Parts: sequence; C-alpha cells; structure tokens
Amino acid sequence: MTMARGEIRFLLNDREIRLGTVGAGDTLLDHLRLDQRLRGTKEGCAEGDCGACTVLVGRRAGGTIRYETVNACIRLLASVDLCHVVTVEYLRGPEGGLHAVQQAMVDHHGSQCGFCTPGVVMSLYALWMEAGCTSVEAVETALQGNLCRCTGYEPIVRAALAAGNTAPDGDFLAAERAHVLERLAAMTDGARVMVSRDESTAILPANAGDLAVILAEYKDATIVAGSTDVGLWVTKHMRDISPAIFVGHLDELKRISVEEGAVTLGAGVSYSDAAPVIAEHFSHLPEFWSRIGGWQVRNMGTVGGNIANGSPIGDTPPVLIALGAELTLRRVEGQRRILLEEYFIDYGKQDRAPDEFVEAVHIPLPAAGSLNAAYKISKRRDEDISAVCGAFSVTVEEGLVARARLAFGGMAATPKRAAGAEAALVGQAWSEASVRAAMAALADDFSPLSDWRASAEYRSRVAANLLLRFYLETTGSQPARLSA
Amino acid sequence: MDGGRKDAGTRVRGGVHSAERHDSAHKHVTGAADYIDDMVEPVGTLHAYLGLSEAAHAEIVSIDLTAVRSAPGVVDVLTAADIPAVNDVSPVHAHDDPVFAEDKVMFWGQPVFAVIAESRLQARHAATLARIDYRPLDAAIDIDAAMAAGGDLVTKPLKLERGSVDKALAEAPNRIIGNMEIGGQDHFYLEGHIAFAIPGEDETVTIHSSTQHPSEAQTLVAQVLGVAANAISVQVRRMGGGFGGKESQPALFAAVAALAAKRLNRPVKIRPDRDDDMIATGKRHDFKVAYDVGFDDEGRILGVEGTYAARCGFSADLSGPVTDRALFHADNAYYFPHVRLKSLPLKTNTVSNTAFRGFGGPQGVVGAERIVEEIAYALGKDPLEIRKANFYGPPGRDVTPYHQTVTDSILDRLVSELEISSDYQARREAILDFNRQGGVIRKGIALTPVKFGISFTATWFNQAGALLHVYKDGSIHLNHGGTEMGQGLFTKVAQIVADCFQVDLDRIRVSATSTEKVPNTSATAASSGSDLNGMAAQNAAEQIKQRLVAFASEKWSVSAEEVTFGPGGVCVGSKTVPFDVLVAEAYMARVHLSAAGFYKTPDIHWDREAGKGRPFYYFAYGAAVSEVSIDTLTGEYRVERTDILHDVGKSLNPAIDKGQVEGGFVQGVGWLTTEELWWDDKGRLRTHAPSTYKIPLASDRPRIFNVALAEWSENKERTIRRSKAVGEPPLMLGISVLEAISMAVASVADYRECPRLDTPATPERVLMAVERLRAHGGAEA
Repeated sequence: MTMARGEIRFLLNDREIRLGTVGAGDTLLDHLRLDQRLRGTKEGCAEGDCGACTVLVGRRAGGTIRYETVNACIRLLASVDLCHVVTVEYLRGPEGGLHAVQQAMVDHHGSQCGFCTPGVVMSLYALWMEAGCTSVEAVETALQGNLCRCTGYEPIVRAALAAGNTAPDGDFLAAERAHVLERLAAMTDGARVMVSRDESTAILPANAGDLAVILAEYKDATIVAGSTDVGLWVTKHMRDISPAIFVGHLDELKRISVEEGAVTLGAGVSYSDAAPVIAEHFSHLPEFWSRIGGWQVRNMGTVGGNIANGSPIGDTPPVLIALGAELTLRRVEGQRRILLEEYFIDYGKQDRAPDEFVEAVHIPLPAAGSLNAAYKISKRRDEDISAVCGAFSVTVEEGLVARARLAFGGMAATPKRAAGAEAALVGQAWSEASVRAAMAALADDFSPLSDWRASAEYRSRVAANLLLRFYLETTGSQPARLSA
Repeated sequence: MDGGRKDAGTRVRGGVHSAERHDSAHKHVTGAADYIDDMVEPVGTLHAYLGLSEAAHAEIVSIDLTAVRSAPGVVDVLTAADIPAVNDVSPVHAHDDPVFAEDKVMFWGQPVFAVIAESRLQARHAATLARIDYRPLDAAIDIDAAMAAGGDLVTKPLKLERGSVDKALAEAPNRIIGNMEIGGQDHFYLEGHIAFAIPGEDETVTIHSSTQHPSEAQTLVAQVLGVAANAISVQVRRMGGGFGGKESQPALFAAVAALAAKRLNRPVKIRPDRDDDMIATGKRHDFKVAYDVGFDDEGRILGVEGTYAARCGFSADLSGPVTDRALFHADNAYYFPHVRLKSLPLKTNTVSNTAFRGFGGPQGVVGAERIVEEIAYALGKDPLEIRKANFYGPPGRDVTPYHQTVTDSILDRLVSELEISSDYQARREAILDFNRQGGVIRKGIALTPVKFGISFTATWFNQAGALLHVYKDGSIHLNHGGTEMGQGLFTKVAQIVADCFQVDLDRIRVSATSTEKVPNTSATAASSGSDLNGMAAQNAAEQIKQRLVAFASEKWSVSAEEVTFGPGGVCVGSKTVPFDVLVAEAYMARVHLSAAGFYKTPDIHWDREAGKGRPFYYFAYGAAVSEVSIDTLTGEYRVERTDILHDVGKSLNPAIDKGQVEGGFVQGVGWLTTEELWWDDKGRLRTHAPSTYKIPLASDRPRIFNVALAEWSENKERTIRRSKAVGEPPLMLGISVLEAISMAVASVADYRECPRLDTPATPERVLMAVERLRAHGGAEA
C-alpha cells in the first residue's frame, strides 16, 4: 500500500497553506471565510448558481498555470491540493491600487448593493486575463454564472468593455506566474493524499491505477470530480460523503484524443477543457456547449461526472447518445466498454459496479453527410437546467432516412432514445410529412412528468416541435430558432 | 438656497445633480465592504438555525427535540414556550405572525423552533433532527383554493369607486370581461437574511440586522422580549439588496438572535441557507385580476370594474397596504370615467407575502395594460393608440379612482418623445411586415407607460429624521433614518449635505443607520428614501448653517445676508473663511455644531373608509419601448431592443438614477418572464434556490438598451432639489417586454385575438398561448 500524504497543500494568494485536518465535505468557501477570515468572497446561494463566491483556482497544466473561475461554495477544499487559490483580496493593479477591472467597475457604476461584486470582478478578471473583455458576447459568457439583482448588468458590461482595452502585460498574476509554478512544483510529491476531520475522510489518489485500488477498498466511497453536483449533496442535503475520493486532479483522466474516428474524453475533462475539441469536430455543438451551466460550472464540472451521476436532466448524455457514444468503465480487474445509452438503466440506477469508475467517453465523429443537432430548452437561456433536451443524428441516403438516433433528456427517468419516432423516420423520405409522423410517434415514446421546470404537456409539445425545428433547419431557408 | 449659487465660478466635488459614484464602490470591488456576516465576531459567538415546519396546514401533535438538543455543539433550543413576552412579529400588530408556531403550523416552512450551537454548521445539522408529528388540516395553497374554501381574508379589503360604473358598462358600445393571472416574485437579494445580536448590560441588546426598517425590528424585538424599545439598538450599515424583502421580514431573525443572545449572554448570529430564506420569507403577491371594461369604438375607456384577488399567505403582514396599492395603480396612466375596484387579500397556507419593489402597484399596472390590450385587439388598433387616447388629461379627465386630481402628468410629452427617439412607428411597420412572412420566428413591439404614486399611503410614515455633526476639524458626520441597500441613498443624501455647506463630498462620512441615532424611522421603502431623508438631512444642515451664519455675522460684524457658503469657503462680507476655520472658531465660541433634522411630507391625506384623498404627493412617470423575437415552436424569446425615457424630476445623481432605471427594468422583466414560483400540491415551494428560480442574467439584457432620463422634467412639488423618487417606478417599464411578447404571439392569429398571456410568460406559457391562438383559427406553423 502506498504511503499517503496526510495533509493538503496549496497556495492561497501569496501564502502556502498546509492542512492536515480536512473533512470530505469541507468547502473552499467556508475555509476562506471562517478559517482564513477572507470575507471578500461571499456566500449567496451555496449551490454554485449565483457566483458571489467566485474565486480563481490555478492548476498546473502543460508547463504553465491555468487559472479558472470556480464557485468556492461547492468547490470542496480537499480538491485544491497543489493549486493556487486567488481571492478578491489579492487582486490589485500595477501600483497596488485597484486593478483595471475594479477601477472600471467603480467608474461605470457597476456595483449597487455590492454583494455580487467581488464575484463579478473575479469572473471579469479571469476573462480579462485569458482573452480580454473585448466583446459583449465574451463578457456575457464570462458572467453566465454571476447573478446581479441590482444593476440589470448594463453598467457591468460597460465596465468590462472599458477594462478590456487595457493590455494584460504586467498584470500581477502574470508577473508572478513563474514563481508560483516553482512553489507549486516544490509542493508536489506524486503521493496519494489522505486527510480527515473527525470521522470524515477525503482521499486523493496518486493516479488512475491508485484510484482503482482505493475504490476496491472503499466500495461505498463518493467519487468527486468537479463537485458541481456532489457539492450540493453537501451544502443542500447535508449528506455525509465520506469517504470521498477526489479525481479532478488526475492527469490520466484529463486526456483528450482524436483517433479511430472518435473523440475520446477522459472522465475528468471539464466542459471548458472539452470545448475546443468539441467545437472542432462537432459543428452543431458549440452553442449548446456554452449553455451548460455557467462559466464556473463548466470550469469545474466534467463530462464524466455528468454521465456518471445518472441524472435524467444532464445536458450531455442525450447529445452523446445521439452521436452513438461509448463509455469505458474501469476497476482493478480491468476495463470494459459499453454503449452510453446502456449505462442508464433507470432513475438512480446505472450500470456501474461500486468499485468501478467511468474512465472515458468515446464520441464517434459524425458520419459524413449526417444531419446533427442538439437543442436545450430551459426557462432561462443561460445557466439553467433543461426542461427538455433534444439531440438528433439523422443520415439521409438517396432521399430516404437511413439511420436516425433521436435522444431526449427531461422526458423520462433516464436520458433516452425515442424508439418509436426513430422507427417512424427510418426508411421514409426526409420530408415534413415523415417528421410530423415521427412527432406523433413521440407521444408513445415518452410520458414525461410535470414539475417546476415544465409541465408534461409542454415537454411533450416542445420535444415534438424540436424535431420540426431540426427538419426546418436542415432543409429550410428561414431561421427556425432565435439567433444566439 | 446656496446650492443654487453660481457666482463662485466653481462647483464643489460631489454636490447635487452630479454623477457621483456609490460611496462604497471602491469597497464593493475589493471585497472590503462589510456585510453583517463579514463583521468580526466577538469570542464566544454562537449560531442559531431555524427548524421549519413540514406541513402546509396542520395541528402540531407533538414535538420531540431530544435529538436536536443532544447533537454536537448544541447549546440551546428555543420554541414558542421560551418567548418571554409576545410571540408575534406582525409589522401591523395583527398578532398573526408568530416567531415560532405554537399549536398549529400555517405553511410549509414556518419556523417551529431554533437551535443554538457553537457553529452554524452544527446548528444546521441539529435542526434536521427534530421529530414533529402533525395532524393535517385542509390547506388552501393558491387563490382558487382560497376562494373555493370560502375566501378568508387576512386583512380588510379596499374598495375604490367613482361615477356610475354599472350604468357605464351596461351602456358601453363595447364590453370585454376577462381574467389575468399575475405571478409573484422572490426578491433574490444576493445577501440573504441575517441578524447578529450582541447582548449588553441590563436588558439591552445590540442587533446588527440586514433590514430596511430598523425601527420596526427594534419595536418588534422589544415586544418579543418584553422590554422597552430603549433597550434595543438596531444597526445596519448596508444590505446586500433588499427590494422590499427586508422591510418586515428581518424582524423574525432579529428576534431569534436577540432572544438567544439575552438568554445565553453570548453573541448570536442567525443566517438561513438560501433555500430556507426563500421558503420561510415572504415574496411579491401573485394576483388574479377579474376585469370588466366598457369602451367606445375609438378605444376610449368608459367604465372599468375590477377585482384584485391576491395570495397573501397565512398572515396579514403588509398585504393590506400592498393590495391597496394595487388598486391605486389599477388605472396606471389612464382615466377611468366610471370605476369600481375591489381588493381581495386572501388568506392561504403559504408563506406570508410581503413588500416587493412596487408594493402591489406593478400588479395593478399590469392589469391596466391588459385592459388596454384587450381593447386594442378587439378594435384592431395599435395598443399605443389606445394608451394615448386614455391618458389622464385636462380637467374633466384628470381624477383618479381614489379622487386625487392628477396635476403633473407629463406622459403626453414623454411618450411622444420616446415614440420618436425609438422610431416606434417605422419599427412597428417593419415588424408587421416581418410577421406577415409567417415564419417560425415572430416579432413584437410595445410601448408602455408608467405613472407611479409617490408617498406611503399610510400617511404617518411620511416622516424622516437625520442627525448631523460637524466636528471641530471641519469633518462632517451624517446619519439619517434611511438604510443603504445598494440604491445609493447614502451617496445622494451626502451630496445634499455637501451642497448645503458647499464642501466636497469626501468631507462627509455617512455612518450605519442606527435606532440610537435617529429614532422612530420609517422603512426605507416606497421609493421615498431620498425624498424623506434628503429633506431631513438638509433640514439638519440648514440648522447648523444658520448657527454658523449667526456666529459669523456677529464675529465679523456683517449682516446675515453677507454670509454665504461657496465652494471656495464661506464668504463673510468681503473676506473668505475656509469652512474648517469657521467651524473651529465657532467651536471655540461654543456654537452647537450638531443638529437633528426632521421632515414630513406636506399636503397628503387619505381616508381609507371613504376611498378618497390625496395619498400621493406627486407622480413619477416613465415609458419604455421593447422589441422581442419569439420562437413559435418552443416559446423561447429574446429582447432585441429596449428604449426607455424615465422621469426622475431634476436628478440628484444621474448615474445612480440611471442605475435604478436599468436595474428596475431588468428586475421587472424577470418578474414577468422567467421568474416562476411553483408550489407542489403539498404546499411546498419547489423553486427555492437559483438552480430552480431563474432571475435574469447578463445575457437576458436587451441586445440594444438605450436608457435616458427626461432631463427637462422638474418636480412640480417642492421635493428635495425638485427631484423625484426612482426606486420602484422603473420596475414597471418591464411590462413593455410582456406586451411585445404578447404582440408576437398575437401575430399567429393575425392579431384578431388578445393572447391573454398570463405571467410569468415563461417559454411554456408563450408556446401554450401560441398553440391556443392557432387552435382558435390561426394558421398552422
């Protein structure tokens, strides 16, 4: 058995922190506010949906540090091992005064009550540092995970665009990057980490093989990747997730490859990490992808986690099922590969043994000439959970539908293909009449629920209409949906 | 007034009418602005957490708190039996708002007990361990159920009547009867409720409370503890948003914290989780409006009868004045020659609804705009034409349903300017053309006005106090009864004082609102913050100024008229004395350099029994044009463009006022579109967090957003520097988006049918309205 390190180590602003007493469910936000007394970072919702707690977490990636916005309220403390956590207190301008983003927020009246402001500032700073606040679209995307109830956002966007003109050279965080890298490298030991508080234990495997070993030992463990779902088990349901096995730091699970006609995403690849390869190979997905969660959630959450948790309303499973994706599951005894749609057995029940973990998802590249689309319907455009998600892949050969994969989320207890609608299409002409027949067949495929996101009636109607939209978009000249 | 002098040639930094930044802006952006949860806690601070009911309406058969008491870290558990005096925090003293439920629970989520522990997490965990047995009673969750159950009211309804409405309706050439459901709204202040009580000697306790109404928290905590008000000090430096949600609601948290703090003689903080905050505290009332309108062939309204039923929840709270204000705004900007309006403040087994920006007014205004739409679609006219035909006008068309004469309407000018600047007519034509193509995407445009009455309708609330100290170094300490919740009140009032003394704004420090400094304050509500507190602060400043003038004229032997305050200092005859020098000299001569200012709004009166009076000192106006696109396959929509022209009189601070207009508009759009409160059949609110309750994001802003203040406007009344209130009115500009969506929906049936789109107009409601209109004879997609 590997010797485990009994403390987590990270940089908090300019200080090195070593903590031996850390529970599985301890949050980064509580650590910042209660233990470190850094109270610039606020708690607004404790579920990763308001962004008042936004901080940056920098992790070593490809010889440099990648800083990303995260929601400290659902980011679990153990997961910042060997990272650089940057809070609003550390943000500063060239002479130690306000940073350009902060100054612009002041000058453009971007704060009213001020409670969301530190989080807004951190999101804008991250954008400013990474790409510059150069377009309204970029700013809106950066702010997808930040709620402001006072300003109506207009002055915040004005401020961001004003700050966007400042060149990021000489920024304080850029200037100290090499030094921070050195400090993080010096803290790194490649060891398994095991920390506890009271009876609660957090384990960070040394590598994927170690993860399999640990899982074999702790079959009741909670696997934590991005914690965008598990975080809420802790903060909202007050569930004891111990022992928790953290996988977000495992490089082997962050691999992205394109080979044998498929894109393979390691289970630990975040939505943000996957975005470029998704955009490159799946031209129908970029807009959809940018509507998964908010920016912070996409930085934290993983495709693997979105699948593994088995939710019927996860955004990616219908999309991946429509594309014919497969999963690799792994345990000590070895790996197995299954069709993604077979992973979802029933509500709360998946084809995963207690000692197995999702290792990777393989997404076949769309067949040449195939028609593909993915649609998300929610009350609010951004950072919302879908009422209905529809993803379609249809191949038309010589005027007839040769293959059809129509997958829906939000329509059943699991993400599911519409067998009846598919059957109604296959062998038929790709025409409005066949599509309307498929729309009618959907009524037998699904009996959705009514809840606070949508009524059964709406879900059924809109699911059918999405097929019509798909048809119109692939054949018509008129716009069949609102422009982004 | 000296503030109007131009002879000095320069201006002070930060006087009135200048676009000063928020006084805490630099602290907001650095995280250095302290909210109550950020304050340094004294050693020994404990944390309280509420245990909430799990039944909508039930008798409590038994409560077993054994496991709660024995949970790790628990120090104490409080129930109704532990309340020393009165178990009630009703803001209207209706004795129907218990701190803790006693033998019955009245809604799912009602506080039953509180647990006090060493840490918040421990208290929160412990609170889940209670075992409470309930015997269920019939529960009326919504308006229909409340009506079906007999229509119990939480407070006395209001009737407004003028003319002979039955006759007018019977004789009208056209008549439409309809219904509208208008959804409620959660405040979603980013900082949730919080109170932090620190016990003092004898009976005293100091409470830091995130409240818009410190005096009320003080009164109610004193009542709960059974002590005099002078034992209770309530303080608040800033709130992370209020929007009305922290008017009456904070008292419960303040009471629990104070009770525990006194019992245990240790500081106690209470901060509910967001979900519990949303479940256990009141919201904007949802309404069901039944209207009956008669009109002529030109679209002129002849008579209106309306019933305004509101889901009030289990107690009165502020539902009386809220439903009253709905009636006061049921006319919006339109003259109703004959009218009868009735409110129905219905009792339901849901959380007690409360104040929310607009305070019932927006629901009244939405109803008025629905009536306009009905007329327009019935006559095949542009709703704007109907609006203009019905604006308040000259004598004969200038009396409201509550018999107040509208003497200050500027809507004719304001709307026509906006119509031109937004290019409304040409864009409407283009949209009609676009929709004629019959595509999936349809567009709509609407110009809607707002007229909003300014003053508390409870006349006695229209008073304010301020406390001003000038220290012997010339620095100024300002305090007033208003609270800062982000609206920039502290900045505006400081600007007024800076202007009075003609000193730079940075000479003035505004301190936390405190019941110890200014007593008997009114809530910072009803958009009245600047009007009332600005006047009170000015009054205090004028008192000190008069003393300084008297001193200077005596010392330097000049007449009082020869002492004037200018940006370069105080002119005393031919010489100029720097402000701080004058102050230092005045101190040595034993001049009193502190003053308590006071103001009460003149000329207002209201006889609720008769339904007559002048409840409002003046009206604030505004109008918005919004253009939207909708997707007729999914009901999704987006706001393409909004143009606003809003009236704030002579703005005290154009930057802050514009911020209120932009923010209010977006909040109003959220209310009417994506913000949906959803209770299940057990009476559980299921949209109780931002994951399920969707307020607007940056990407929900109009793609093009032009906001202007009507710079030519000056308040006709003698308000503070002729400004007008701005907090609430802009919220109702969001109605333009609802009406534009409605027009886009109507296009699928060639505008022959009013879509009767209820709110919130979620994508689901929009799609269902599209389907309904198509089923009634519109074309297939």
